[in-house]
Amino acid sequence: MAADGGNGYRWIGKRTIRPDGVDKVTGRANFGADFALPDMLVGKVLRSPYPHARIVSIDTSKAEALDGVKAIVTAADFPEITPENATFGSSPPNYRDMSRNLMARGKVLYDGHVLAAVAAVDSAAAIAAIGLIAVEYEILPHVTDVVAAMRPDAPLLHDDIFTAGAGPKPEKPSNVAKKVAFKLGDIEAGFAEADVIVEREYRTEGIHQAYIEPHAVVASAGADGQVTIWCSSQGHFMVRQYCAGLLGINIADIRVTAAEIGGGFGGKTTVYLEPVAVALSRKAGRPVKMVMSRNEVFRGTGPTSGAAISVRIGAKRDGRIVAATAELKLMAGAFPGAPIQPACMCAFTAYDIPNVEITGYDIVVNRPKTTAYRAPGAPISAYGVESALDELAQKLDIEPLALRERNAARQGTRTAYGPTLGVVGFEETLQAAREHPHFKSSLGPNQGRGIASGFWFNVGGESSSNVHVNEDGTITITSGSPDIGGSRASLVIMAAEVLGIDVDRVRAVIGDTASVGFNRHTGGSRVTFATGMTVVQAAEDIVVALRKRAALTWDIDVEAVIWEDGEARPAGDNAGKFEALTLRDIASQTPKTGGPIGARRSIMAQNPGAAFATHICDVEVDRETGQVKILRYTAVQDAGRAIHPGYVEGQIQGGVVQGIGWALNEEYIYGDDGCLQNAGFLDYRIPVASDLPMIEAVIVEVPNPSHPYGVRGVGEVPIVPPMAAVANAIHDAVGLRLTDLPMSPPKVLAAFDSES
Amino acid sequence: MAKTHVMTTINGEPVEFLCDTRQTLLDVLRDELGLTGSKEGCGSGDCGACSVMVDGRLVCACLVLGVEAEGGDVETIEGMADGEKLDPLQQKFLENAALQCGICTPGILIAAKALLAKNPDPSETEVRYWLAGNLCRCTGYDKIIRSVLEVAADAKGA
Repeated sequence: MAADGGNGYRWIGKRTIRPDGVDKVTGRANFGADFALPDMLVGKVLRSPYPHARIVSIDTSKAEALDGVKAIVTAADFPEITPENATFGSSPPNYRDMSRNLMARGKVLYDGHVLAAVAAVDSAAAIAAIGLIAVEYEILPHVTDVVAAMRPDAPLLHDDIFTAGAGPKPEKPSNVAKKVAFKLGDIEAGFAEADVIVEREYRTEGIHQAYIEPHAVVASAGADGQVTIWCSSQGHFMVRQYCAGLLGINIADIRVTAAEIGGGFGGKTTVYLEPVAVALSRKAGRPVKMVMSRNEVFRGTGPTSGAAISVRIGAKRDGRIVAATAELKLMAGAFPGAPIQPACMCAFTAYDIPNVEITGYDIVVNRPKTTAYRAPGAPISAYGVESALDELAQKLDIEPLALRERNAARQGTRTAYGPTLGVVGFEETLQAAREHPHFKSSLGPNQGRGIASGFWFNVGGESSSNVHVNEDGTITITSGSPDIGGSRASLVIMAAEVLGIDVDRVRAVIGDTASVGFNRHTGGSRVTFATGMTVVQAAEDIVVALRKRAALTWDIDVEAVIWEDGEARPAGDNAGKFEALTLRDIASQTPKTGGPIGARRSIMAQNPGAAFATHICDVEVDRETGQVKILRYTAVQDAGRAIHPGYVEGQIQGGVVQGIGWALNEEYIYGDDGCLQNAGFLDYRIPVASDLPMIEAVIVEVPNPSHPYGVRGVGEVPIVPPMAAVANAIHDAVGLRLTDLPMSPPKVLAAFDSES
Repeated sequence: MAKTHVMTTINGEPVEFLCDTRQTLLDVLRDELGLTGSKEGCGSGDCGACSVMVDGRLVCACLVLGVEAEGGDVETIEGMADGEKLDPLQQKFLENAALQCGICTPGILIAAKALLAKNPDPSETEVRYWLAGNLCRCTGYDKIIRSVLEVAADAKGA
């Protein structure tokens, strides 16, 4: 592999082969469901067929009597977590809710809510036993719509939810768990100043992360209380912590190994099966394997919120935006915790607006508890805001891109949630979009072009890595961040860069929870930034150690040794006096120079560097069928520095296509019975290859000053602009302003009908 | 229930196994034979992650019964490389970063190889429609489609 420089770096910016690549193209890589232990049992769960019901009784006696059944658990087998003990630690989940989500207690709250689990000698016996569990339900009225759930007479999911954040504690419980508000400037004065105002309401449906790999786990609990777990998740330290909290086990008594993960997109940042498998294994005294079906993934695991949005924006005649408000009502699912905070934070942050007011509501409904999905909340608010900006541009008769240029946030712009922006590259994305040939290309009849931008703040957080020099001078990196999209390749590149050696001499593995320090889960676009920083720092420590060993060998001062091109060289007065020592030379002599060389770093990474993107989308609308075809798509994004451009492009392309699915096809469809009607890939249609054109990813690099190589997270912001980009393109093509996702053929046809 | 004895060929090697008549070929490959390269993403033939070749036909192993492999010739991802020598598709996917999480990759490689065997010089549209039964949630398909087209072009040039 050639190291040809170009950007001044040896490896940064090169398209190297990822270290886990060969395993993944040959079928050798082990994902969640690929692991097995001798004497292993199979675990299955019983799910509620009703969206809301009181559990009168659960009778497991017939199931227990079945041949091959080794253990059955219900909520009675899990510690009951009181409201006072619902949280612990600094950034806590709500263990009480989590416990009740993975095993219903008292009530079932959605179609698919788990009530019981069985471990049996094989799958057939487990399924038969599930069928023999008798549950008596008292069916309750349900609500699956976000607006209906807010009404005073709506069926109540929980009698202990009193809206937080809305002044004094309300007298009555409701489905509104929380209200949040962000204010900047004087909103009334701002709108009074406006020459033109646009105001519009939008709806989005609940959609699923739809990773191709269903959740899977093998858990083994020993008689001594020691628990070992193998599973696919975005954070094996998260699995360890949650299992400990839910089951009352010491963290040190749980060891989790991260399987290769077959996609997550935020959906694997919590636990569903793991604590259940541990509970079954403890009861049965044997290892237990559990794998979800696709139906279970859709019905039982975290979709993201559907929402009702209203946006109001006022501008001066010259296009300067002077005031903006947004109200965001997000479905949390059966327990509180919709991503309202980030949805509000991201609503207007791409623009420098003096007067802003954003209000968000977290609303429980009889649907599965939502979980993070790629830039959680931000795509929802951006759909409304970026659609409204398009409408504003038309009212002002200003080019949509020019409106964004005129109001773009830059370094020093105050955000509605408090801080001012640091070094950011939003204007650079707008400029690159303007200069792109796509922007100037011509369009045919029924074709249109949409522009939309997006912001995501990105996340840093806790990361730990070990870097070791092996006896032959090769390097092993042990990180604790599950690699979901090629991050091991980035870690290898950064270590090779610091050490000045060939990437083929560096390997990166994901250590289990006992092998490396704590890592926050893979999410928030944080791994290449934060975990990458630990690897850079540890590699720098190793360079210092290598210089010391060379100094010792030559019996000169360490300051007189430099590390260059992968070798120690005498410098200053000693230059040329000794033959350079390569990493291999030094590694082979470590027994004589002080023993093994290794470094470990554990950090709390700060200032991840905000990400901005600007997308251009061309569509063609079929007036007869209502089908919208994506003709061309260009996504410009500030990556700070692309460590491996291929995987940065991949994040952008993948995020865009998920956004296109959200825009055009994907939705949770509930019947009047409150049950999910499309819990499978045939009826919940994610984009397929024939739906799409090539997705052109354009990387601009405005380095993040807080990272040694300038990295910003890249994984999430690409899903923020597409829904509005598609909607704006549809408007440009046929003059329809669609305000309800997905913009599927029936809705497009209905819009044509209501227009004529 | 008595198990059925099946004799078949997998990746060129004779194989025999016992299975329940209701077990799918995918279950047999993964659970009985330890060939876990074929993945289960849906179990209903919608995602293509379990794509394998049976007697030269591209099928979803989750829609074929294990007993149907009797006397047949099954090819899976484990047989695609020749020892350490990767198939040109496998090599191109690595060079082009055409995989992210990698769960769909075995099925897509099998399906793409079947396409090129049938149509060595496909258009972009033909590749997109052929692979429409193989879901990928990570890549947006761009680099996958390019890789298949490049392998076809390389073969043509060679």
